[in-house]
Amino acid sequence: MYTQAMDTMGKDRDDAPKAVRSADELARQQAFDARIDAGDFIEAKDWMPEHYRKTLVRQISQHAHSEIVGMLPEGNWITRAPTLKRKAILLAKVQDEAGHGLYLYAAAETLGTSRDQLVEALHSGKAKYSSIFNYPTLTWADMGTIGWLVDGAAIMNQVPLCRCSYAPYARAMVRICREESFHQRQGFESLLTMMSKGTAAQKAMVQDAVDRWWWPSLMMFGPPDSESPNSEQSMRWGIKRISNDDLRQKFVDATAEQAKILGVTLPDPELRWNEARGHWDFGAIDWREFWQVVGGDGPCNRERLAARVKAWDDGAWVRDAALAHAAKQGQLREAA
Amino acid sequence: MSERNEWPLWEVFVRSKAGLDHKHCGSLHAADPQMAIQLARDVYTRRQEGTSVWVVRSDQITASDPGEKSSYFDPMEDKVYRHPTFYVLPKSLDHM
Repeated sequence: MYTQAMDTMGKDRDDAPKAVRSADELARQQAFDARIDAGDFIEAKDWMPEHYRKTLVRQISQHAHSEIVGMLPEGNWITRAPTLKRKAILLAKVQDEAGHGLYLYAAAETLGTSRDQLVEALHSGKAKYSSIFNYPTLTWADMGTIGWLVDGAAIMNQVPLCRCSYAPYARAMVRICREESFHQRQGFESLLTMMSKGTAAQKAMVQDAVDRWWWPSLMMFGPPDSESPNSEQSMRWGIKRISNDDLRQKFVDATAEQAKILGVTLPDPELRWNEARGHWDFGAIDWREFWQVVGGDGPCNRERLAARVKAWDDGAWVRDAALAHAAKQGQLREAA
Repeated sequence: MSERNEWPLWEVFVRSKAGLDHKHCGSLHAADPQMAIQLARDVYTRRQEGTSVWVVRSDQITASDPGEKSSYFDPMEDKVYRHPTFYVLPKSLDHM
């Protein structure tokens, strides 16, 4: 999901956990594991294994980057929202995403990586963000569909992160989850309005948006458990609480029922209720497409990254001017 | 990219309503105190979570050493007589 590219971790040589070097370190490691087992939270200044720190920096920063890049597909529709009410809602939602990105950057910085380093990693292409934001927003119905499906998937993934063992991340997630529920509800309500009161063309527009966003939304949960080699360690450390496939199933179960209320068809001929399993069965996901988008060749990867880099570069003089102003005010205060 | 040009980090404390303490709620980067206050409003009180905001430069905070946690805080563990429940009184005035 927002941190799905975690599953690509371990492919770089320096990602492998280092061997324990001394008896002292072994003792610390054992004490740390015992705290995790006891359900303790780890705070920023506490001792932690290097690999735990590295995993968290990567996960939290990917999550932050996803929130920030996630503003772009929706920002595309702010000036074209059909009513003032919908425009105000969309603005508030995009502003929330900026806020969520900032909470998460702050949480990542507690681990000793600076904001500039985090941003630089995104801009150089070293850090990833969620594959979902590399798809285009073609019609107004995409706004409602993103709220319903994309934010719905995000919430499903983020709720267990509120119990993450790393406390600054868990605290940020609590705040985010509290704010995020409006994102999904406004999306569903927007679609429901079009489906219940709209013209035939508007209903077709909603169905088209659902057709395009359904499969990418399922990919948000990351590769199948069998191909998610880092999950076990993340589970051991209480960074990850529920597996990719379990979360995906939970999302399909919830969404299949919601689609009936909405009156749309989910674009999967194999989607059907399985009485024996007590779950909805669904068709095979095209993982080739997933890895292609994660690898940088989705429909909008280049456009999204270029927009972020341009915003950062264009804002450089503002950042410098604000610092210069602060320095000057400081001098004036000292002189007075 | 130069680290020198990064805006300093501030810790943000919000009083959710009159009568309550300011509580730490997160951090943010800002060039100066005024900007930190303004950004804190936008980042941490978008839904009327606060009636007052404090900001303080993160590098100005002195904190206890987490490695010393047990030697620092555990001595209070066996001082049960500091709690009212330590004293058993007759039922008739147990609300004291």
